[in-house]
Amino acid sequence: MKTRRDFIKISAMGTVGAALSGTMLSMARGNASTADPNLAHDGFARLKRTPTYCEICFWMCAGWAYTDENGKIVKITGNENDPHCNGRLCPRGTGGVGMYSDSDRLKKPLIRVTDGDKQTFREASWEEALDLVAGKMKEIKEKYGPESFALFNHGSAGHHLGYLLQAYGSTNIVAPSYAQCRGPREVGFQATFGSGVGSPEPTDIRDTNCLVLIGSHLGENMHNSQVQEMSDAIDKGVTIITVDPRFSTVASKSKFWLPIKPATDLALLLAWINVIITEKLYDRDYVEKYTTGLDQLAKHVENMTPEWAYGITTIKPDLIRKSARAMAEAAPSVIIHPGRHVTWYGDDTQRSRAMAILNGLLGSWGRRGGFYFKESKSIPEHPHPPFPKPAWSWKETLNGKYPLAGLAVSNALIDASIPSPENTHQIKAWLVAGTNLPLTMPQKDTLLKAMQSIEFMAVVDTMPMEITGYADVILPECTYLERYDELRASPNREPFIALRMPAAEPVGDTKPAWWISKQLGERLGLGAYFDYEDFSEVIDWQLKQVGSSLEEMQKIGVKKFERKSGPLYLADGADYTFHTSSGKIEFYSTELAAAGFDPMPVYTPHPEPPESFYRLNYGRAPMHTFSRTANNPNLHDLKKENDVWINPKVAKLWGIKAGQYIWLKNQDGVISDFPVMVRVTERIRWDSVYMVHGFGHTDKKLSRAYGRGASDSDLITKVQIDPIMGGTGMRGNFVTFLTEDPQKEAKS
Amino acid sequence: MRYAMAIDTRKCVGCSDCVVACQTENNVPIGYCRDWVTETVDGSYPNVEIELRSERCNHCDNSPCVRCCPTGASHIVEGGVVLVTPHKCIGCGACIESCPYDARYSHPEGYVDKCTFCNHRITKGEKPACVAVCPTKCMYFGDLDDPNSEISNALKNRKHKVLAPEAGTNPHIFYLV
Repeated sequence: MKTRRDFIKISAMGTVGAALSGTMLSMARGNASTADPNLAHDGFARLKRTPTYCEICFWMCAGWAYTDENGKIVKITGNENDPHCNGRLCPRGTGGVGMYSDSDRLKKPLIRVTDGDKQTFREASWEEALDLVAGKMKEIKEKYGPESFALFNHGSAGHHLGYLLQAYGSTNIVAPSYAQCRGPREVGFQATFGSGVGSPEPTDIRDTNCLVLIGSHLGENMHNSQVQEMSDAIDKGVTIITVDPRFSTVASKSKFWLPIKPATDLALLLAWINVIITEKLYDRDYVEKYTTGLDQLAKHVENMTPEWAYGITTIKPDLIRKSARAMAEAAPSVIIHPGRHVTWYGDDTQRSRAMAILNGLLGSWGRRGGFYFKESKSIPEHPHPPFPKPAWSWKETLNGKYPLAGLAVSNALIDASIPSPENTHQIKAWLVAGTNLPLTMPQKDTLLKAMQSIEFMAVVDTMPMEITGYADVILPECTYLERYDELRASPNREPFIALRMPAAEPVGDTKPAWWISKQLGERLGLGAYFDYEDFSEVIDWQLKQVGSSLEEMQKIGVKKFERKSGPLYLADGADYTFHTSSGKIEFYSTELAAAGFDPMPVYTPHPEPPESFYRLNYGRAPMHTFSRTANNPNLHDLKKENDVWINPKVAKLWGIKAGQYIWLKNQDGVISDFPVMVRVTERIRWDSVYMVHGFGHTDKKLSRAYGRGASDSDLITKVQIDPIMGGTGMRGNFVTFLTEDPQKEAKS
Repeated sequence: MRYAMAIDTRKCVGCSDCVVACQTENNVPIGYCRDWVTETVDGSYPNVEIELRSERCNHCDNSPCVRCCPTGASHIVEGGVVLVTPHKCIGCGACIESCPYDARYSHPEGYVDKCTFCNHRITKGEKPACVAVCPTKCMYFGDLDDPNSEISNALKNRKHKVLAPEAGTNPHIFYLV
């Protein structure tokens, strides 16, 4: 069937640029080794360093980009004074140089054209591409109002384009990092402590005596300072308790590993709460002074004993009790880690609530070795005219559902892009920046339908990704190493700021997102919002307001400020008001009760795999971020594809061997685009399989990543939506194995 | 002076940062590496153990690679660091065959390459790039002859092992277990 928006593989375009960049790179490297053969041992001779902070993941570690005498970036190291990295970048940050040197980068603006009955992209000038995008923005605004233009984003480009969109009149700005990732824990912790978790998480891991990880595979997710602090804690003899159906890396470093049956975590958490209360192991002074609802909670979990949980979780009662006592013994220096990617089963806010409650009982919130009170440096906004007030926002796209959603819900905005009588507010056009939606969103069919329904889509990215194949216009962004961005002012133990500035000239005809936003703004008659020639002027102005300057930051990269919000931890017996309606830590949530939800978490069974099917679990590898790094030459070199982890007993049953390539088929008959290598391992249960997320790219322009591994996102066709905040629970999908090429079967 | 490295397998998460940091520090071409990470799994579910190890040239006292080099390209410098001089190397590959740790590779420019302990850094008092970057700080580097060095302390306080002790090479990469 022919569709309006055919997926276009950009391979026909821009090959000259690709070859050129590759040559330039090898020339730079060639110079270093041929001038003096011994230089091959001595690294690069004369390097210049420039401050930056990393964009390969959301941790945003500050570092130094080193350029050689040809002005090419050759290595990146961490900034010693940065609390996100302490001078040590993770493999992705170190390999950030590959994002810059990747010969497959987008290098010219591209415009979709129809040639006969074939759609393709042709190269365009910035002038033409920007005129086209601005023209469409005007047209959409006139026809439907500015609110019907939505921005899907992740990372720094989103800040600039979000600013543009607000000036234009839309607040429909959304990131999948909420409803496909960390949203439920924000709502669960907010309902309990009156404060979300945020990023980086204020976990006091370096001083903790007990770290409890529920499905969080720290060390495989390289949340840099957390991994560093966990390592320090291991040196100091920390007790780690890991709950995971898979023997994760951190499980191997744990005193207690609870090899739980997938989808039953909430039963375990409730049993732990039962043990803590019935054995009176909770922090009595803390609970009495700061919390409310203990009596209701005690009654609620009365029958949720370890014996009850054993039948559900397959974890022996003795292990449940022993691990609960270990937490209590360490308390208040204990962290039930909120995790990060928590959209699993649709009751994720409630599971996060149970984790928050456990922290409350053990008195770890606001305590050394538990959770500290974070603080960030407030950076004044550069003066601009007030934003117009939109007639409606993303809240209206929820159609009365998900009352506690704190940020825009990507799946709801996608639904709102498909015409339906249910939709009271319709999205008509998208701007997409830094998020590869086809390998990010579950339920690809719905995404495709939405992309076919909208009238216009422009994509800002550094790489040809699956999403760029659906764009009407592609605006090639330069990488973080070639541009200014907003100051980083994330919360930490002490407030810090970090500068990102260009370390090299942009490759090809690529531009920073701030420039793209300004150009579009000026074309839309919004020039007053962009009252500067270069974004460095905005940063300099902001820095001067906080007692620094661009000149100073260019030398140091990172600057620390004094805390102003009070002590890092609660002083013993100090009064403290939590931002809940009761002013206390709420074991019984008045907010959830008022919204018609269970005020205390209730375990409900989730669907189980049918015969010959296995639950699809997915996670991260330390050298990759989502799907965005699969083609990075340095990181691809470390891990080229994902594999599917299968327990040896299951492999034997199927006659599948380690190293064999198989196809995965899910419960709805969806088959992986590409075969995936089998890893037969004792590190996984027999009822589930596991694969690293972000592989199985279908865009041929990704010369390294194309066809390597399988995409878990494609196999996630079923979701359980969290009724509280709209998150998409994605771990209720089941796969079976095909050992023969399914396309061969179809042909015969 | 005798340089050595100790790697704490209790802390290593196998992230391979040591590999990419070495590549960018030493201009190692994509597709090759001077260090790498191995994982060994023992036991059966749910009684499993894994050991992750960052591996590289062991800078052996009794180095088969140096002994078998026909041109003197492979040699030992101060601190016991085993090096290859690229312009003296004819790329015969004898050293690659002789190494019990498989630590050497043929560089596309025609010589044999391997870990140098980042000699260009350590002679300036810096740590090798892999040690400096490791997010888990699981690597210790220093002078074994100095009883107060980081490496001497690490080996004093922890049980440790070397790889392929039967090869009799007297290797200088230690694993804390």
